[in-house]
Amino acid sequence: MATIDIHPQTSTHHHDDHAHEHEHHHGNFWTNYIFSEDHKVIAKQFLITGMAWALIGGILSVLFRLQLGFPDADLSWLKPILGGWLTPEGKIDPEFYLALVTMHGTIMVFFVLTAGLSGTFSNFLIPLQIGARDMASGFMNMLSYWFFFLSSVIMFTSLFISTGPASGGWVIYPPLSALPQAMQGSGLGMTLWLVAMAIFIASSLLGSINYITTVINMRTQGMSFTRLPLTIWAFFFTAIIGILSFPVLFAAALLLIFDRSFGTSFYLSDIYIGGEALPNQGGSPILFQHLFWFLGHPEVYIVLLPALGITSEIIATNSRKPIFGYKAMVGSMLFIAILSFVVWAHHMFVTGMNPFLGSIFTLLTLIIAVPSAVKIFNYVTTLWKGNIRFTAAMLFSIGLVSFFLTGGITGIFLGNSAIDIQLHDTYFVVAHFHLVMGSASFFGMVAGVYHWFPKMFGRMMDEKLGYIHFWLTFIGVYLVFFPMHYIGIAGFPRRYYSWTNFETFSGFADLNMLVSAAAILTLSAQFIFLFNFIYSIFRGKAAPANPWNATTLEWTTPRNPGHGNWPGEIPTVYRWPYDYSKPGAKEDFIPQHIPYSETPESNLPHENELIKLELNNSSITVESKDQKH
Amino acid sequence: MLTLILVLGVLLVLAILYFIFRIGNLVSLVKGKEEDEISSWNSTNAYLFMIFMIGGLVAFFWYSYAHFDGYNLPVASQHGELTDYLFWVTMAVTVVAFTIIFIVMFWFTFKYRYDKNRKAEFFADDHKLEIAWTVVPAIVLALLIFSGLRAWNDITDEASEDAVVIEVIGQQFLWTARYPGKDNLLGKHNYKMIDASNEFGLDLSEENTWDDFKSLELHLPKDKEVKLVIRAKDVLHSVFLPHFRVKMDAVPGMHTTFKFTVTKSTADMRSETGNPNFNYEMACTEICGRGHFSMRFPVFVHDSVEDYEKWLKSQDAWLKQNPDYLKQIPAEKREAAIVKAGIPADSKEAIMAAPVTVTLN
Repeated sequence: MATIDIHPQTSTHHHDDHAHEHEHHHGNFWTNYIFSEDHKVIAKQFLITGMAWALIGGILSVLFRLQLGFPDADLSWLKPILGGWLTPEGKIDPEFYLALVTMHGTIMVFFVLTAGLSGTFSNFLIPLQIGARDMASGFMNMLSYWFFFLSSVIMFTSLFISTGPASGGWVIYPPLSALPQAMQGSGLGMTLWLVAMAIFIASSLLGSINYITTVINMRTQGMSFTRLPLTIWAFFFTAIIGILSFPVLFAAALLLIFDRSFGTSFYLSDIYIGGEALPNQGGSPILFQHLFWFLGHPEVYIVLLPALGITSEIIATNSRKPIFGYKAMVGSMLFIAILSFVVWAHHMFVTGMNPFLGSIFTLLTLIIAVPSAVKIFNYVTTLWKGNIRFTAAMLFSIGLVSFFLTGGITGIFLGNSAIDIQLHDTYFVVAHFHLVMGSASFFGMVAGVYHWFPKMFGRMMDEKLGYIHFWLTFIGVYLVFFPMHYIGIAGFPRRYYSWTNFETFSGFADLNMLVSAAAILTLSAQFIFLFNFIYSIFRGKAAPANPWNATTLEWTTPRNPGHGNWPGEIPTVYRWPYDYSKPGAKEDFIPQHIPYSETPESNLPHENELIKLELNNSSITVESKDQKH
Repeated sequence: MLTLILVLGVLLVLAILYFIFRIGNLVSLVKGKEEDEISSWNSTNAYLFMIFMIGGLVAFFWYSYAHFDGYNLPVASQHGELTDYLFWVTMAVTVVAFTIIFIVMFWFTFKYRYDKNRKAEFFADDHKLEIAWTVVPAIVLALLIFSGLRAWNDITDEASEDAVVIEVIGQQFLWTARYPGKDNLLGKHNYKMIDASNEFGLDLSEENTWDDFKSLELHLPKDKEVKLVIRAKDVLHSVFLPHFRVKMDAVPGMHTTFKFTVTKSTADMRSETGNPNFNYEMACTEICGRGHFSMRFPVFVHDSVEDYEKWLKSQDAWLKQNPDYLKQIPAEKREAAIVKAGIPADSKEAIMAAPVTVTLN
């Protein structure tokens, strides 16, 4: 299946399959929209849940930015929402501040950029772009969403309990997270955090297994691995990384649960707290950090790779050019995926880890910068001599490359252990990862929504609102995170409620105010998107089947693909997905399902030889022609 | 009432915006000339990218230059000068790379904006180009890595034998320091012996503890190597001495260390910065709970080693300040402890008579 060999029988087989499915899929509201096993519906469920989380995560960040940017402001007007979390003077309680920071991180990293991004686009695009009727297991796919939903409910609930949600930072380092005596949030809030994350990991694994199986086994005829769109490659690598790394977080969380509830000492030793010496001895907090970052670093790429895949697709389509260096793009993603497992301890240079390990991880970390640089160069070269259409999706994709560049380059400082001593846990780190991972991935997600909205909902989003949304968000994000580099170079530590206790950190009230104002602007701009999204679902302009003149298979489906995606037979694939502006071609794109025999005017010499292989199977060629017209 | 009016006002504005949007849509439907409109917006976006690129770079270079003193923290340690040098070398290299790519990328987005008379160039790959931009960053990164690794190995190397050893202990939400006293040896400690007065958990059966003393301010000598031995009592903390470029976590259950040599005393720094009130500070950089942001530990650097030693001599041993704890010392060793801790002779008698009591929590 993975090569160009074509079996005439399977076409009729597919046809049967499809007819068979049609009979059984006139379910009721519950089976069609709630407990649906259709990958497109599940994708939308992930998307809408992810958007709700993004909104919550964004609002939390504005709340703590209010404290940092306007430390003297009276926030009593927030009393109806925050209640007891405001001090009598109308300020945010310092412990609640930490809760806000923690939940913002957890929500954005896991619930928005892992589940919201991978869940939406892996589900939506894998079957559509590889030419499959659905995921390998629709049931597991449905379970994956509902585990995520359950996990979301538990995490959301934890925001409202009287002792507050988990507050020890999104990395939940013990002993702080293990000891309710250490802070309120390490009580019930932390328990709920751990339970929610355990369920989340189950959801993520169910999803990943499905993505991998589907990509390997269910590609349509002719869809060899070398003809996969880069989106699919990205989702494929992401799922593999997830399957290998999430179980380690599960183990870390499980041991933490044991330490918290059953008196074990995996992470605890020699602790005197609250006037009492605890009996735990022999554990190591460093062990937790190793386990956590063994997931935590690959997680960066779990978040980033899908976004890079999405933008590869969008940039090629809207530059009307093949993506430059397809093989190098796949190779660099493979290389990143492998290296992502051996760089984790660069988060731990100054945690008391053996310094020799620090040297090794410095070396490995800076190696990973090379494939990342290759990706940027390839994006820029794809733009070169293109014929660029600035759709909203394209704008956000260019924004992603810009963030990836700006934030990626500061990784060269942080990956170097000697330089990291000063920068570790300062705002420089905050600036770095928010640009390279947070904002870049978020832009990838938004770009994906603008680009595939027509296929998801059969309507177009409003482009002009998209432009306004882009420019406000793009400039807003830079205004939020760029100044943080200066604040970080000056040594300001992160997760500080206020800096006024220190003379050293007494400056930058102006920049902090600018950052907070920009954060409010950026959040507000997202409501334009939200409006555009909801409005367009119901009243957007009806979308043509292939609004962007793109080459990949999802655009060969009807305007509103039903269950099974293609009403007739699944198209056969004859070429790679980036035949844009091919010399001699009639139009500036040739979809993947067009055989070389139909495009003699634009074929390259080696492609003409492939025609013979196509002709060995004339029946299919004819059928796919029928379908196209 | 005011709130109500505000809410109504906001709703009104939103409603007006919605209708403007709606009317705009309907008008464009009636006009029906979608194609032309797309290309005019296309150019607008391309120009906006150019404005963004130029404006962004100007703001970046202007602020970095004009406000250099605002974000550049003076350095006052030997290894700090080296890591700062590496930082600025990396900065130079990356800013050049960043600026070039940034300009080229946005120039391309502008130059190759949509033009209906033009067709994009089918340019799928070029191995020479790709090898070039794999190898060049790899070489540059290798150079940066190796200079960084050499510095890292020196910084994390063993402290010299005659380094001043000081223990720093983090707890929610304050720091304390323990000095080894005249014998220059830190005595043993055991977390189970911690109580309201014995906050270090000193194990007084061991003689090295007798002359150890506590300080609520970190005193350091100038131009002499210092080795900090760092631990935490409850949760993770992290020692951060921003001017010395020192950072190391404090971990319950283990000791971490960091060695460094301060090059500027507090007085030197006061004259260098022109701020007569300048003080070095130590902060916590690992989230540790409610008071994380308030763990300020004052730091004072003496002008000379002699000066520092004079200060050391002026400090009383912890045992001298807490003579009750002599009870925990076996009777036959008390005499020696009293001498070592420098307890005056008159209080000896009463203490010597007390029975041995060692309480473990």
